[in-house]
Amino acid sequence: MPEVTYRQALHDTLRAEMLADDSVFLIGEEIGLFEGSYKITAGLLAEFGPRRVRDTPISEEGFVGAAIGAAMLGLRPVVEIMTINFSLLAIDQVINHAAKARSMFGGQVSVPMVIRTPGGGGQQLGASHSQNIEVYYAHCPGLKVVAPATPADAKGLLTAAIHDDDPVMFVENLGLYNTKGEVPEEPYTTEIGRAAVVREGSDITVVSYSRATLMALDVARHLEETDGISVEVVDLRSLRPLDRETICASVRKTTRAVVAEDDWLSYGVGAEVVATIQEGAFDYLDAPVRRLAAAEVPLPYSKPLETAAMPSAVDLARFIRQAVDESTYRG
Amino acid sequence: MPRLSDTMEEGTVARWLKRPGEKVARGETIAEIDTDKATMDLEAFEGGVLEQVLVQEGGTAAIGAPIAVIGDGSGTGGPGTAGPSAATKATATARSEAPAGAGPAGAGPAGAGPASARAVAPAPRAQTPGEDLGNGAGASVPRSSPLARRTARRLGIDLVTLRGSGPGGRVVRADVENAAAVGGVLPEGPAGPVAGALAGTAGALPNGGAGALADVEEVPLSQIRRVTAERLSKSLEAPHFYLTSIIDAERLLAFRAEAVRATAGQEGARVTVTDLLVKACAKLLRAHPEVNSAWAGDRILRYRRVNVGIAVAVPDGLVVPVVKDADMKPLSELSSEAHALAAKAREGKLSLEDMSGGTFTLSNLGMFGIDHFTAVLNPPQAAILAVGAAKPEAVVRDGAVVAGTTMRLALSIDHRTLDGATAARFLAELRELLEDPLRILL
Repeated sequence: MPEVTYRQALHDTLRAEMLADDSVFLIGEEIGLFEGSYKITAGLLAEFGPRRVRDTPISEEGFVGAAIGAAMLGLRPVVEIMTINFSLLAIDQVINHAAKARSMFGGQVSVPMVIRTPGGGGQQLGASHSQNIEVYYAHCPGLKVVAPATPADAKGLLTAAIHDDDPVMFVENLGLYNTKGEVPEEPYTTEIGRAAVVREGSDITVVSYSRATLMALDVARHLEETDGISVEVVDLRSLRPLDRETICASVRKTTRAVVAEDDWLSYGVGAEVVATIQEGAFDYLDAPVRRLAAAEVPLPYSKPLETAAMPSAVDLARFIRQAVDESTYRG
Repeated sequence: MPRLSDTMEEGTVARWLKRPGEKVARGETIAEIDTDKATMDLEAFEGGVLEQVLVQEGGTAAIGAPIAVIGDGSGTGGPGTAGPSAATKATATARSEAPAGAGPAGAGPAGAGPASARAVAPAPRAQTPGEDLGNGAGASVPRSSPLARRTARRLGIDLVTLRGSGPGGRVVRADVENAAAVGGVLPEGPAGPVAGALAGTAGALPNGGAGALADVEEVPLSQIRRVTAERLSKSLEAPHFYLTSIIDAERLLAFRAEAVRATAGQEGARVTVTDLLVKACAKLLRAHPEVNSAWAGDRILRYRRVNVGIAVAVPDGLVVPVVKDADMKPLSELSSEAHALAAKAREGKLSLEDMSGGTFTLSNLGMFGIDHFTAVLNPPQAAILAVGAAKPEAVVRDGAVVAGTTMRLALSIDHRTLDGATAARFLAELRELLEDPLRILL
């Protein structure tokens, strides 16, 4: 199986879907001539032409609205919003139109649109360009929200999102674009709404998504060696619908859990996960569930401060040790 | 209320030396307590401000009950604060020996716990608000994880008997499992008796005063011991009578050997003599519902199911796992189930369900080489069968003394439920069945 970057997996998937289905087209800022701010769309304008790779003005509300209209009339637009921070300019279109159209028109139309957009800090881009605000969208019925952590899931979920008849927020992470992983060559989809146990363990469950999943896997490998703690990692992959059963099944097995998330603590994805655990695995918990999340500040530009504000592997290891220690018999 | 003498069970506050609002230093005498032996000084376990007096002078409190609250002074003396809810709060925080500021919830990222007040005496256990584990009104239960509580229910461990090793004394699963491994387990089931009886082991117990003798060791009662004793004592209410029968066990042993040979290599447990006995009893119980009964005070209960309990010795007592619907199960299934239950019993992993619902009990001490014994009834069941060892013995066959193999059965019966002739017919048919063992299965 070839090993490719997350970036390459996205590019290859977009190209494959455009080849497979004429109704798939791309729209967004600087995706054509400039080949995308993060080069996901490199070469696609040359291959498919300006009708299917449409550069737009800086007008998020306008081009998202255009995509929604195109989708309602039968096309399958894949919108690129340069970063999730700019999606706020289009949030009315997403929440009030894309998410609502199917219900408000009594099922007569659907909005088979994908919005690809990267979030995440750690790049010294400043507070307004480094956010993880996927939960704004995950909160809203009518949308699907996915956030793959690996190149293989990036391919599988992007394919599934393009095939899906409902609007899907496809949340990428700047810190993942250069990560590599094995990706099957044949076309496939990854079911939206299905989490994955990406590492099996018996002592504690770490629930995470996107970049935090890679951190959790690193910490799990480390703790296995240094502390003999067996960490199970559940990668949510989809934030809406949330795969509550996989989360609870894992916690019922391990009896302890930590959530690792890059967004802010209060009202974050982790809050929903913890609520899910106490509903579905209360009688199996041997320790309180802890959440590791970003410090509740606008992310600083200064590198040391930015690093300090983001959840770290050291913090995650500490949370895991604490949860295991306090529920281990010591005579 | 701390334990100030070895034998005290409660103490009376003779005099408070501090008033609410006054500062107290750690180790400072704050009250005088009358115990059963003497008046003792009570020294503060923590420094701070005496916020509330919960037991006034002349009032009495059990060991471990909060009698006052020492805190940072923020909770001093508001009217109506010393009611039961304040007492509960004080108890709940009494074991927080964590660094100051960390409440019972621990210092997780969500912040410190709710209360900074400490009770004067470190109460032995904390109340979990709203948690009723069936220990009776007012029993205080230590703080515990949900998993620990569920495990305790499953293993029949009373949380009140545990000390938690988690933060703030929280009982975690490992504490419960450790207690089960050390102390043995015997939950009291709501749906029927759980402890059977081993007769012949209970000699006269020294009645009081023994603990005072230097050459006598006091062994505290484990939960399993306590419940075993309670259940056995209860059986004394039943007027017992006993029927014994000596059976020719030769064909039974041969049949068992044949069954083992025939099933060799198959999955599942090897058939034992006990399995055959269970199956034989079950078959007969179906035909003799009056034996498959229970005394219920003002009426007799006839069980519609035949669930045979098997007494199993565990390190600290006796448990009786129950093979449900033993009359309907094929021997192989019954055997596998009985073995699985026995294994769980020895590991202390029997669930309440495993031990509930018995309608008749079998106790086999044959494997210990016991020739003959009678068993104490397992109330409210009407009867229990005691089985001795099968061993070579001279028997009379066709008028001649020859070498044979015999086994002694003793049926103990609750005479309130069952009469001699009825029980005798049951035992006679059991003997016939065991002496012609193919009939057990036909």
